[in-house]
Amino acid sequence: MLLQRKWSTIRNYFNKVEVLDAKTKEQLCFLDKVDPHSTIGDIKSLFYKSYPQWYPARQALRLDPKGKSLRDEEVLQNLPVGTTATMYFEDLGPQLGWTTVFFAEYMGALLTYLLFFFRVPYIYSHTQAFTSSPHSVVTLACVCHTFHYMKRLMETIFVHRFSHGTMPLRAIVKNCAYYWGFSAWLAYYINHPLYTPPSYGELQVKYALFTFAMCEMGNLSIHMSLSNHRVDGFRLRRFPMPTKNPFTWLFFFVSCPNYTYEVGAWVSFTVMTQCLPVAIYTLFGFIQMTIWAKGKHKAYIREFKDYPSVRMAIIPLIL
Amino acid sequence: MSAAAQGTSKAGHGDVASRKKKGPGALATAYLVIYNVVMTAGWLVIAVGLVRAYLARGSYHGLYYSIEKPLKFFQTGALLEILHCAVGIVPSSVVLTGFQVMSRVFLTWAVTHSVREVQSEDSVLLFVTAWTVTEIIRYSFYTFSLLNHLPYLIKWARYTFFIVLYPMGVSGELLTIYAALPYVQKTGLYSVTLPNKYNFSFDYYAFLILVMISYIPLFPQLYFHMIRQRKKVLGHTEDYSKVE
Repeated sequence: MLLQRKWSTIRNYFNKVEVLDAKTKEQLCFLDKVDPHSTIGDIKSLFYKSYPQWYPARQALRLDPKGKSLRDEEVLQNLPVGTTATMYFEDLGPQLGWTTVFFAEYMGALLTYLLFFFRVPYIYSHTQAFTSSPHSVVTLACVCHTFHYMKRLMETIFVHRFSHGTMPLRAIVKNCAYYWGFSAWLAYYINHPLYTPPSYGELQVKYALFTFAMCEMGNLSIHMSLSNHRVDGFRLRRFPMPTKNPFTWLFFFVSCPNYTYEVGAWVSFTVMTQCLPVAIYTLFGFIQMTIWAKGKHKAYIREFKDYPSVRMAIIPLIL
Repeated sequence: MSAAAQGTSKAGHGDVASRKKKGPGALATAYLVIYNVVMTAGWLVIAVGLVRAYLARGSYHGLYYSIEKPLKFFQTGALLEILHCAVGIVPSSVVLTGFQVMSRVFLTWAVTHSVREVQSEDSVLLFVTAWTVTEIIRYSFYTFSLLNHLPYLIKWARYTFFIVLYPMGVSGELLTIYAALPYVQKTGLYSVTLPNKYNFSFDYYAFLILVMISYIPLFPQLYFHMIRQRKKVLGHTEDYSKVE
């Protein structure tokens, strides 16, 4: 590596990079004298100088117009290109950082619920404005819901490590509509003056609260364990394994215990509130998380030949 | 939660797509031909029923009752088309087909059948006629396409009649839903109110209004999609039998 460096300095060996539009194939930019040790990220920065409206996060550069986008960490000289590299550019549209996205989604869901809990005017009849429910389970549900999203916000800031930096703007609008909309829908019923508490009373609420707490802790344990796992960066050397923390022992049975615990938490919340809209929300979430879990499960199996065969994607022994 | 799983689910879809390009096998083709012939016949029965009832009564009011049963049977039978897409023997989107069939089934059962008072409305005849003509053409189009002998007349009719039939059908549907509204509100049909054990409520009246509003963005999209399809299909002189 050091010899190559000296060689390139002696010989003044540089790459040229030609950037074409992926759709029209017209030349957008020609970069002369590019250091072969430059990364794709560096090239994006150079391209950004010529086109200030396309900041690096919204650039997708590819070697083949229909191929996969090149990662920012890739080094130019390691790519299968000659002295002049031809790359194809696509505009990914306005981007927002993952942190911003999650913040908007979760904060919105959290605050929307509170609007209903405090019975802000115009939601329920005007005689009910700013009143509170006589049922203790309603206050408990608010605490649980708020805790759930606070925990997610904390995780977003302190725990998660995101592989891609950004997400397109349109996806955020869609996601926020989903989170805020459902939060409003289930909060409407739970905090309604005509809310009916669970059929089995205190017992039902206590058991549901216990399983909810267990699942929240389980979910947090998995997130922290996965976060520590990713210390070396983007590539996983080994698939996730159970640790000393008993909550992580679910890894013996499933590839994505974080999703398992998440579903568990929402099922608990459903039982705690005995509210059909919560059940429907849980079902939607379960379907989506199953799709993600199955994908991750398949990816693990493909990448690690010795992946434990007893593991399922999301539900032990079943799914 | 990450959306990292999207890449893997696409891999499976690719297989189905390549299978779709090759077209259905011999057995599937035979089944589809039978299916489309039966559906064509069914809607012809409805058409004949309408004409005969009109001639017998001397007026076009209340003709719904004379074709009620075959209408319900054959329109509901169209649910199979969702299955055809899901299994892959028909190269259409499950979501799009599902949406189109469900909207028809919804109108047939959840509006016309459920709200007896609208059955004598003229708007019902409006959409039933539109559906009948459309479906006879559409199913015979599919039949001929599958047999690789598509007469240009059928292709032309399929991509031309909709220009009048589509707005006609939509008008009939909207007027029928609108006619049903007062009865739904009065009887609380299919509605659930608070308080109840499962803390849920559903106002069918409000739901029907939402359905009517949804026609505003949806109808133009579907209509102009068909117009673009028409330009593409009828623009060619060769027999390009693209199944819609």
